[in-house]
Amino acid sequence: MAKGDPLIEFRGVRRSYGSGEAEVVALDHVDLTIREGEFVAIMGPSGSGKSTSMNIIGCLDRPTEGKYLFKGVEVQDLDRDSRALLRRHALGFVFQGFNLLARTTAQENVELPLIYKGLPAAERARRARAALEKVGLKGREDHDPAQLSGGQQQRVAIARALAGEPTVILADEPTGNLDSHRSHEIMQLLQVLNREDGITIVMVTHEEDIAAYAGRLLVFTDGHLTRDEPVAERGAP
Amino acid sequence: MILEAVRLALTAIIRNKLRSFLTVLGVVIGVAAVIAMVTVGQGSSEQVRASVASLGTNVLVARPGRPPRMGPPTGEPPPRFSVKDADAIAELPVAAHVAPMANTSQTVVAGNANAATQIYGTNADYLAVQNWPLALGRNFSDAEVQAGSAVCVLGETVRAKLFGASDPVGQSLRVKSVSCDVIGVLAAKGAGSFGQDQDDVLLMPFKTVQRRLKGNQDVDSIAVGLSQSASSEEGIRVISSLLRERRRVGVTQADNFSVTDMKEISSMLSGVNSVLTGLLSSVAAVSLLVGGIGIMNIMLVSVTERTREIGIRLAVGATSAQVLTQFLVEAVVLSILGGTLGILVGLGLAYGGSVYMSIPFSPSAAVVLLAFGFSAVVGVVFGFFPARRAARLDPIEALRHQ
Repeated sequence: MAKGDPLIEFRGVRRSYGSGEAEVVALDHVDLTIREGEFVAIMGPSGSGKSTSMNIIGCLDRPTEGKYLFKGVEVQDLDRDSRALLRRHALGFVFQGFNLLARTTAQENVELPLIYKGLPAAERARRARAALEKVGLKGREDHDPAQLSGGQQQRVAIARALAGEPTVILADEPTGNLDSHRSHEIMQLLQVLNREDGITIVMVTHEEDIAAYAGRLLVFTDGHLTRDEPVAERGAP
Repeated sequence: MILEAVRLALTAIIRNKLRSFLTVLGVVIGVAAVIAMVTVGQGSSEQVRASVASLGTNVLVARPGRPPRMGPPTGEPPPRFSVKDADAIAELPVAAHVAPMANTSQTVVAGNANAATQIYGTNADYLAVQNWPLALGRNFSDAEVQAGSAVCVLGETVRAKLFGASDPVGQSLRVKSVSCDVIGVLAAKGAGSFGQDQDDVLLMPFKTVQRRLKGNQDVDSIAVGLSQSASSEEGIRVISSLLRERRRVGVTQADNFSVTDMKEISSMLSGVNSVLTGLLSSVAAVSLLVGGIGIMNIMLVSVTERTREIGIRLAVGATSAQVLTQFLVEAVVLSILGGTLGILVGLGLAYGGSVYMSIPFSPSAAVVLLAFGFSAVVGVVFGFFPARRAARLDPIEALRHQ
C-alpha cells in the first residue's frame, strides 16, 4: 500500500444511540476519506461527533448505517474478534489520560500489544526498547508510570502505539492533560513519526495551536462534517 | 499464550500479595482441613489395624458376664473365672497359648521414682498370646509362675519412668508392700486402638498379684492364643461350650460370660473412624465451597477495579477469549496456590496431630492430588463468571471507566 492510497473511508456513516423518540444521532451521514501518510486533526465542540468518529475509525465502535472501509475492508460487518485483530495489527492508540497500566514498568507497558501479537519474549523486549528510545525515553525502561512526568507517560503511550508497527496512530486529545511546553514536545514527536516513518495520524483536539501541527483539519458540528481543509505548513516553533 | 497468561496472573497476584492471600484463605483452610482430616483419619485406621494385628489376629478373650452389647447386667454379678478354667481351656486342641489375667492398678516405686501403672498378673504364655517380644532380660519361668514369685517384667513406659537410662534388669522395685525383682523389659508397642499407652504396664505372675496385691483368687479374664489351624469362630464355639459346661449354664440360659475376638473391636473402631472422618471431611468440603465463593467475589471486585486495564488490553488488540483466559487463569492460579498452601498446612497439621496422638503419619498421594485437582476446579468454576464479565466489557466504556 503506497502513500496517498485511501486508508480510511466513511461512506454515508450514521451512528445513533437508542431508538424511536429517544434516538440520539451522533454522526449523520458522514462521507470522509483519509489517505495513507496523512496527519489529520479533528476538531469540534462536545457532542459534535468527533469522538464517535474516532471510535469508529479505531474499530471500537460500528456505524449504525453506512460503510466504514479500512484498507478497503468493510469494518462495519466484522465481529468483535476480527475488529480486535484489526486493532492489533494496524492501529495504535494514544489517549488523553495516557492509559498506562499502573505498577507496570514502561518496558512492560510497551510490550503489552506485542504479547497479543504473539511475539517471543526476546523480540518483544528488543522492539519495546527500540520504541522507547525512539520517543526519547532510553534509560527509563524500568520506571513505573507513577515515577514519570505526564509528558513522559504520554511518550510511553506513544511508544506502546508505535511498538505494534501500526499503519495508523489514533490520538484522542493526546495533549489534553499536559502543559503547553510538554504539549508541543509531544506534537513534534507525532509530527516526526508522521513525516519520517510515514505513519498516518488521526488526532482529536480542542486546541487550535495543537491542530496546527496536522496537515489537514476536519471540523465536526452536530454530527456533520462541516469543514475539511488543509492546514498551513508549520515547522517546529 | 497460556504460559504468558500464567506469568501475567502471577504478576497480578504478586502485585496484590495481601489481597491475594486473603482471597485464597478460604481455599487454604478448606484444603488444609480436608487433608488433615483424611490423613489423620487414615493414620488412625492404620493404627487400629496395626494394634489389632499386634494384639494377635487369632486371640480370643473370655470375660465373665454377658457381652457388653447385650443389655444391662442382671441382678447378681456373674461368677468369676478361676485358674482352673484357664487350665481347662489349655487342654483344648484349638488353644495354643492360654494366659489367665488378674489385673490391678497400683503405684510402683523404685528408688526416688514412682509410677502409677496397670499391673497384669499372668503367666509365661502371655507374651506368646500377645505376640509381644522382650527388649531386655527374660520372661517368667513356669516355676516362678507356679510359686507366685516376686518378679516382674516392665513395659517401656514404666521402665523409662522408674529407671531412665540405667539398666533395670536385676534391680528391684516395690508395689504396695511387695518388693519385686525386675527380670525383663518388653519391647515398645506404642498407642493402642483407643489411643491408650500399651507400654504403661507391668507384668507379674498371676499368683503374686492375686495373693499379695489383691488378696483373692479371681481371674478377671482369660486370653487365648489360638493354634494356627483354628479359626476364631471355631475357637469361640469350642471355648464357649467348654465354659458353659464348667459354669453349669443351663441349655435354656444365656451365657454368663463372653468370648470375643479382635475382629469385632477392629470393625467397630474402623466403623467409628470412617464415620468421623467422613463427617469432618464433608464439613471441610463445605469450607472449600465457601473458599471458592470468596475467590469469585474477589475476582468480581478485581474485574471492576481493573475495568480500565481491560479496556486498554482490548484497545491494543486483545480478543475476548484472551481476556477471558487471562482472568480465568488468574483465578485458577490463585486457587491452585491456595490449594498448594492448604496441602502443606494440612500435612503439617496432620503430622502434628499424628505425633500428638501417637498414631502413624500416613499422607496419601491420592488425597493430595484430589485436593489439588479440586482447588483447580474451584478456580475454574468460580473464576468463570467474573472472567466472562471481563471479556464482555465494551472497550469504549471500559476505557472511560475511572
